[in-house]
Amino acid sequence: MTVPERLPPDLLAGPSGDPGRTIVIRPATGWVPLRLRELWEYRELLYFLTWRDIKVRYKQTALGAAWAVIQPFFTMVVFSIFFGRLAKLPSEGVPYPVFTYCALVPWTYFATALTQSSNSLVDHARLITKVYFPRILVPAAAVIAGLVDLAIAFVVLVGMLLWYGVTPGPAVLLLPLLALLATITALAVGLWLSALNVQYRDVKYTIPFLVQFWLFLTPVAYSSTLVPERWRALYALNPMTGVVEGFRWALLGHRAAPGPMLLISIASVLLLLIGGLFYFRRMEQRFADVV
Amino acid sequence: MSDVAIRVNEVSKRYRLGRRESYATLRGVLADVVASPFQWVGRQRLGVERAQDEILWALREVTFSVARGEVLGLIGRNGAGKSTLLKVLSRITEPTTGVVELHGRVGSLLEVGTGFHPELTGRENVFLNGAILGMRRAEIARKFDEIVAFAETERFIDTPVKHYSSGMYMRLAFAVAAHLEAEILVVDEVLAVGDAAFQRKCMGKMGDVAHAGRTVLFVSHNLEAIQRLCTRALLLDRGRVDADGPAPALVARYLSAISSRARPNEWIDLSDITRLGSGPPRFVAVQYASDRAAIGFQPCTGAPLEIGVVVHSDAERDVSSLAVTLYNQLGTKLVNADSHAINLPIRLRPGRNELRIRIERLYLNPGLYRLGLWLADATVARSGPVDFIEGAFEIEVVALESDRIGLTAEAAVACEFSIRGMAAAG
Repeated sequence: MTVPERLPPDLLAGPSGDPGRTIVIRPATGWVPLRLRELWEYRELLYFLTWRDIKVRYKQTALGAAWAVIQPFFTMVVFSIFFGRLAKLPSEGVPYPVFTYCALVPWTYFATALTQSSNSLVDHARLITKVYFPRILVPAAAVIAGLVDLAIAFVVLVGMLLWYGVTPGPAVLLLPLLALLATITALAVGLWLSALNVQYRDVKYTIPFLVQFWLFLTPVAYSSTLVPERWRALYALNPMTGVVEGFRWALLGHRAAPGPMLLISIASVLLLLIGGLFYFRRMEQRFADVV
Repeated sequence: MSDVAIRVNEVSKRYRLGRRESYATLRGVLADVVASPFQWVGRQRLGVERAQDEILWALREVTFSVARGEVLGLIGRNGAGKSTLLKVLSRITEPTTGVVELHGRVGSLLEVGTGFHPELTGRENVFLNGAILGMRRAEIARKFDEIVAFAETERFIDTPVKHYSSGMYMRLAFAVAAHLEAEILVVDEVLAVGDAAFQRKCMGKMGDVAHAGRTVLFVSHNLEAIQRLCTRALLLDRGRVDADGPAPALVARYLSAISSRARPNEWIDLSDITRLGSGPPRFVAVQYASDRAAIGFQPCTGAPLEIGVVVHSDAERDVSSLAVTLYNQLGTKLVNADSHAINLPIRLRPGRNELRIRIERLYLNPGLYRLGLWLADATVARSGPVDFIEGAFEIEVVALESDRIGLTAEAAVACEFSIRGMAAAG
């Protein structure tokens, strides 16, 4: 048979790219390498998956972007009434609504990102059984997509700071890094839970509980000064403690830096992340077979 | 080394069938640990199989290599290991033992439209799907117009694909896949979709790809396509390479191997047969018969053919399509009696449902045909059939009134005809 005339040029061009490229597939044993270079090569897919998650979320909901505000805002109202007014929890000299909303913004992001990423692999089962790509992109995209909500909720936060006349100190410049810390925390936990969820569907039902308990282990509704001094180091092993305290420090001004607690939280999340990455890579081989 | 594109060396793949059910919950694991902690620890450490685990070797020591530019067809029954092999080569699942070397950029098409999202527009889905298949953004942008033109969906490209007809949806999905630039293409049966005209177009495109010097590994039940497109074929049987050679010879060999026949009016058990689909419900038994007692109810040309099926359902369910299909030996669909075509939704009761499909007149000439069964609900375009048995068994159609049908029955389809305008005889 001859080559038809009307053939697109790219097909006639034949092999493209790096001709010497060779892929060797063999069963993995022991510790699986992280293959970070490959992740870099797939960065565009990460972009597209994130973009899709964002787009779909806003297209399918009637209120769209408003949800990003509704959830933390009304939680703030409820907390202000019950914990601020009735229980009279101390709020370190700033009005309680600002005090708790400062924490609810990163917390709501974390809770949503964690839930979404934990369920992401199972939700994308079809994709996983039909195409190869580094699976880590799926929970990562879910975590990154949540940042849009974070940004929207943050706009309301700025409004509240103006309303209550709270001026942030110079530490506000560290805010992007603190948001990054929240992102990494959600990703680290998301890696563990999403991989476990593939194997054990119970995880899905555990997540709402986990998020609820975690909320009370994090100084969202209350100040970490309520925790006795000698327990604080242990308390800061919860990475969200560092994130939330960091947010308050950056936004509410004239507070002492939560230095040691923040450092402990960072160390804790790095351990969680590295462990999560290796665990995920190890389980990744079996996803397509068990999902 | 440079002339070999794919080298597969002693690749085996094992699945543990018991694992999925018994290990699906943490409770199962915990119960296991509590029941016999020492055994459990031992198994974890030594990787010893649990006695009740059913082991399935989907591939056993498969070894072959494909030269650069070669178009290799994979044939074999359902469950022979074709799909598993493609999954291993696409890096979706890893082999249990053995090594695969791929020299060049690999594009795998195990399904069209992977990752398509109904809420997104055609344009958005093209970019998303392209990225999922491994195309660069710039590459998709460059080919965008060509993809849309190929799919013939220019007018609707900014409409969410949930408003597309299933034909349009499939055309767009295939168009993206067809423009994937890769040195090695791994393709699974993606052509079994769309209307006849579009299928021809797809086949044309596949032919172009095959003749443009790229290495292609192609799985299809359409043996005609294999014969036409492939230079060489590999016959798989229960996970092993049964034969390796020129495509036409292998297709012939495969055909003679699958002719297992069943007799009319006998219930044929389908519980062990390989199938596709998300069921339950499932087909559990089938029988067939014509109305001609004189020839033992054998199906015959021009006579009615009745097919009885037993469908087992777990609950009350509505299905929109129940079909009986007859294929010729090359896998071409010849007859398709589909409830969907006559707009007859079917309600299944929980448990056993016996249904009878009557084809009023069978326009097939004498010969051997394969019978397939299909059950699908409205979600079929996105999630595939509920139950699909492609070759339940073979039936032999005989001629009853051979004097009127003609001596040779080379054409598959019978017809009634007359010829006029002749000079009067004598």
